[in-house]
Amino acid sequence: MNEMIDNLLTTGLELWNWFPADWQTFLLILGKIILILAPLMICVAYITYAERKIIGYMQVRIGPNRVGPRGWLQPIADAMKLMFKEVIIPSQSDKFLFLLAPVLSIMPALAAWAVIPFDRGIVLTDVNAGLLYILALTSLGVYGVVIAGWASNSKYAILSSLRVGAQIVAYEIAMGFALVGVIMASGSLNMGDIVEGQAGGISSWYVWPLLPLFFVYFISGVAETNRAPFDVAEGESEIVAGFHVEYSGMAFAVFFLAEYANIILISSLTALLFLGGWLSPFEGFVEAGNWLAEPSLLWFFAKACFFAFCFLWFRATFPRYRYDQIMRLGWKVFIPVTIVWLFVEGLMVYAQIGPWSA
Amino acid sequence: MKSVYHFFKSFLFWELLKGLSVTGKYLFSPKITVQYPEEKTPMSPRFRGLHAQRRYANGEERCIACKLCEAVCPALAITIESEQREDGSRRTKRYDIDLFKCIYCGFCEEACPVDAIVETHIFEYHFEERGKQVMTKQMLLEVGDKYEAEIAANKQADAPYR
Amino acid sequence: MSITDFLFFAFAGLTIAAALGVVLSKNPVHAVLFLILTFFASSAIWLMLEAEFLAITLVLVYVGAVMVLFLFVVMMLDINIAKMREGFVNYLPIGALFAVAIVAAMIWVVGPVGPEVMNTDALNQAVTHGPDYSNTRALGEILYTEYVLAFEIAAVILLVAIIAAIALTLRRRPDTKYQTPGKQIKVKRDDRLKIIKMDAEVSDD
Repeated sequence: MNEMIDNLLTTGLELWNWFPADWQTFLLILGKIILILAPLMICVAYITYAERKIIGYMQVRIGPNRVGPRGWLQPIADAMKLMFKEVIIPSQSDKFLFLLAPVLSIMPALAAWAVIPFDRGIVLTDVNAGLLYILALTSLGVYGVVIAGWASNSKYAILSSLRVGAQIVAYEIAMGFALVGVIMASGSLNMGDIVEGQAGGISSWYVWPLLPLFFVYFISGVAETNRAPFDVAEGESEIVAGFHVEYSGMAFAVFFLAEYANIILISSLTALLFLGGWLSPFEGFVEAGNWLAEPSLLWFFAKACFFAFCFLWFRATFPRYRYDQIMRLGWKVFIPVTIVWLFVEGLMVYAQIGPWSA
Repeated sequence: MKSVYHFFKSFLFWELLKGLSVTGKYLFSPKITVQYPEEKTPMSPRFRGLHAQRRYANGEERCIACKLCEAVCPALAITIESEQREDGSRRTKRYDIDLFKCIYCGFCEEACPVDAIVETHIFEYHFEERGKQVMTKQMLLEVGDKYEAEIAANKQADAPYR
Repeated sequence: MSITDFLFFAFAGLTIAAALGVVLSKNPVHAVLFLILTFFASSAIWLMLEAEFLAITLVLVYVGAVMVLFLFVVMMLDINIAKMREGFVNYLPIGALFAVAIVAAMIWVVGPVGPEVMNTDALNQAVTHGPDYSNTRALGEILYTEYVLAFEIAAVILLVAIIAAIALTLRRRPDTKYQTPGKQIKVKRDDRLKIIKMDAEVSDD
């Protein structure tokens, strides 16, 4: 038996060595990408289930419970249904762009995970300008929606894509300024360094000195993902379903994959940038060596899950904003708030208080 | 002063937090969902479901083709043709109810002088083909024969209030 | 040909193809999308030149913000392709003249003839840095020390441009029925409603 395993291992190793060195790197990276994306896709599938369950519970219902035990197979059933549905392409639409739009919308949501660290050193690519890369990629998500709206050649869809275009540009700025605050606090654009800069328990997380920026960032994140209460892009009471009104089957599903992948991305980013990622909140409060004080993957997941839960909680609680109020909030409240706080932060750096004392 | 109060109230998300706390509380409250096929809500004896025609205890059909139900039906769902039977009594040759037209108002039941046409408590039924939605006299009598005991019990329960 | 060479030629080819697409596509929305692709491909080339800050900023600023607004405007155009192609032949000579002039100028500056603006020796000795080298930090250090005055002046010019744009487009319309949400929320009963006590009126007759 052992011999057999040994043989298998040696043949495997031989096969591996048979590849040229470039190919080995390529395959290794491909393997890592699959290792990140496969669990992500499962998370995306199950956040739809969590959404229906949690919103159901908040509305004193029990949500889906028929497919599988307690409804656990519901997302798989949904995926099967959507896969076998026909993708209907409207006759007057721009066919290439119509099919390209869902791809454009999911691509940045997945590509941003390349620089997200899960634990100390567990990251696909540890680039210096990680935060800039994420900011650049999240700003691309809007194209999927805008192109979908235009290519559908439908009035509702184009209204929706106009709304999204204006909304995302507005909130992108507030979000960028909030991240400038994080960069000022950490002095680095590298995601790992930003997290390590928050070491030392719950009191040294960036959320405290940057509290207004934290709120601005998270709320802008909700607006950026077009989630309730900022989901005027869908606005089913006014424009039916907005940009995806003409989509069906898997093309429609891809938009939703992108939306939920973005929710997970924003939740993880908020956890990493403001709540110390994988660092333990009890560090320095309980004696070292205790598992509570150890930094671990689980802390990161717990924090990200909390923010993902907040997304669903907001959707269950708040009514949709009116469009002009969304623009007012973005331009006239968030941007001034962030700029004022950046100024305050500059003064704090100058006076060496807060995380800048060292 | 008031504007300062409002400023802090909106910047501290006071009203948003109040809203979140409401939904947060309901997250843990007991759920009121009725698991339909396994659980059912109680049903009034006056429930108006699928139609049936009743018979007397001796097996004679009650309907005397007076056509009061046809006249009162607001949706014109009932079609009746009458004839004279060999024993000289007036009976229906045809008694059709189109269930797609029917609005389940129960007027036919109210109008009937002999309690022949009734609406039962049955609400779980379906048709698989177009045209099957027309209940003929035969079908109505079959429903009545099958559920006579329950129909009678429901009428009995409702009688004191009429 | 190594992987880097292959990637360079792939992205360079993509840049040229997309740039041609911008000029040649009949639909303005397609032209804008080709322009975005051009930005993307050139950003990839910058990335291969180890200018990661500039490359990402190109995507962030141009693709993520400027082109969204471009697309936003172009999307709302009522496109009539036949009408747009009407003047093509008339404009062709002057357009061709400009194209030739630009190509000639580029050859003169970059190419083998003309002044030695691009020092080929220095180009060949491009410094490669290790993975720890932060492009962003280097740029920041230069911008805020050596070129701080120019940088600040550029920022002020942009600020002036923003204020000017707002001042040009801002118009107050007295007849509009716009309501301020903040004021609407703050309204209390006592601001609008007055309850007065009065004796019942008795008619004379």
